[in-house]
Amino acid sequence: MAFPGDKFALDAEFSLPMDRVTAIFGPSGSGKTTLLRCIAGLQRARGELFFGDACWQQGRHCLPCHRRPIAYVFQEASLFPHLSVAGNLRYARRRAAPQAPALEEVVDLLDLAALMSHRPDQLSGGERQRVAIARALLIGPELLLMDEPLSGLDDRRKAEILPYLETLCRASNIPILYVSHSVDEVCRLADTLLMLENGKVSHYGPMEELLMQQVIARPGSADVSAVLRARVNRIDEQWQLAELAFNGGALWVQHNDEALGSEQRLRIRAQDVSISLSAHGDSSILNVLPCSITAISDEAVGAMQVLTLQLGSERLLARLTRRSIDHLGLTVGMSVFAQIKSVAIIR
Amino acid sequence: MMGFDSQDMTALLLTLKLALVVTVLLLVISTPLAWWLSRSRSWLRAPVAALITLPLILPPTVLGFYLLLAMGPEGPIGYLSERLGMGSLAFSFTGLVIGSLFYSLPFVVQPIQNAMESMGERPFEVAATLRAGPVDRFFTLLLPLCRTGFITAAALGFAHTLGEFGVVLMIGGNIPGETQVLSVQLYEHVEALDYPRAHRLAALMLALSFITMLSLHGLRSGKRSAKVLGF
Repeated sequence: MAFPGDKFALDAEFSLPMDRVTAIFGPSGSGKTTLLRCIAGLQRARGELFFGDACWQQGRHCLPCHRRPIAYVFQEASLFPHLSVAGNLRYARRRAAPQAPALEEVVDLLDLAALMSHRPDQLSGGERQRVAIARALLIGPELLLMDEPLSGLDDRRKAEILPYLETLCRASNIPILYVSHSVDEVCRLADTLLMLENGKVSHYGPMEELLMQQVIARPGSADVSAVLRARVNRIDEQWQLAELAFNGGALWVQHNDEALGSEQRLRIRAQDVSISLSAHGDSSILNVLPCSITAISDEAVGAMQVLTLQLGSERLLARLTRRSIDHLGLTVGMSVFAQIKSVAIIR
Repeated sequence: MMGFDSQDMTALLLTLKLALVVTVLLLVISTPLAWWLSRSRSWLRAPVAALITLPLILPPTVLGFYLLLAMGPEGPIGYLSERLGMGSLAFSFTGLVIGSLFYSLPFVVQPIQNAMESMGERPFEVAATLRAGPVDRFFTLLLPLCRTGFITAAALGFAHTLGEFGVVLMIGGNIPGETQVLSVQLYEHVEALDYPRAHRLAALMLALSFITMLSLHGLRSGKRSAKVLGF
């Protein structure tokens, strides 16, 4: 898929992997939604757009939205107000592609059975968005476009709907484009990241790498974090902990219902990592891992700096005060211990 | 029936026929017109909207006078009807229909336009992403979502055409069974100082109009989409 456009100063040219969740990330006004709408055919910009071998836009040719094999989840509730939940779902089902999933399957996935006879105005924001996602899936899209589907929801509703999205993103065999400005959502859902700034692609690549380069979070913000993949190695029933091993060490984390041997994605915030020169045994911190410092950010002002730490093939970030760095005499190449206060399993 | 003589009955049936024909035609004409007015960004929008709403404030006799001229042998409508072999439309039922179309147009266009404006673009975009083409969207979204607007438009158009007087007098005259509608017949009775017959006709029209507005307002309080009523 290639897309150079120049209306609204949107200038994006990229090819997307066909089997992955790609997050389109950027500050508001950066052109994320415009880009998504152009891909959907809801809006036109000059340029070319190919989906696989199919030409969606080239020269004067522009395939209208209703002929594109996409589905779109809008930012705010978009259910048809005159139809019940079941009616909204049937609207999609009646126009669905042959390979579309069965109604029952989608209703199960998003847990909608109890809501079928409700009207949209009787639903909560989270429920409405779940129905909208189900409706989008029922059309049997070859490309799923989601425009900040959680942005209109409060944190509780977000937490309620994120697991559904995670299941969906993992189970899906179609490419998903997910517009967001939330680092948290991006970490949890995306494999690839397309970063827009002022209508231009500023970064594009695997999510873990871009996260590590600190391009998606404002340097110094609480969102600065590292994501690593690890496998559930051991489960300690007595203390309700799970040991997750990765190439470079292992971490103990709170065990919920992760299966032994399953692969998980972990997010460790830079502000939750501190450094010591020796491995104390007298600390409440469970995870203390040997590592070496590979980089120290070079902010000239402010109290905080970010260290990049290498553990085997994985990397971590640690956010420390400049004073501590000076006090401990930390330099690039030093072997130290990372004390990790908290780890979140995000998948 | 209810003390109406055959001439009154003829006038009543003619009036109902006129209102019905005009309402149906206006719904067909107004739908695309209202759509264009609610969506267009053309500079023509304001002048067209002004023209359509003009009959709201224009004395009906002024409208009737110009229509009479237009339908005359020298006027464009007259020229066209002569060429089509329909003869002159002045003082005919067809002429009355044409006059009423102009006269009642704003009452039909405006509720539909308000309904279309209040539904916004989003439902259509959503439907397009669900593979619904333009015709599909018209029937499955526009009609049901603007239903209240259409009902209001039909009721107002019907009621307003029922009570039409000035335009009818100018272009229709007073031909029984052809152009003699209730309002004109009522005027005749008053002229002839036949107040009992005038009373019956007046009461009938009052009742018809009241029932129309009552059902509209009943609909309005029963529906959350009341804002699309537009008055």
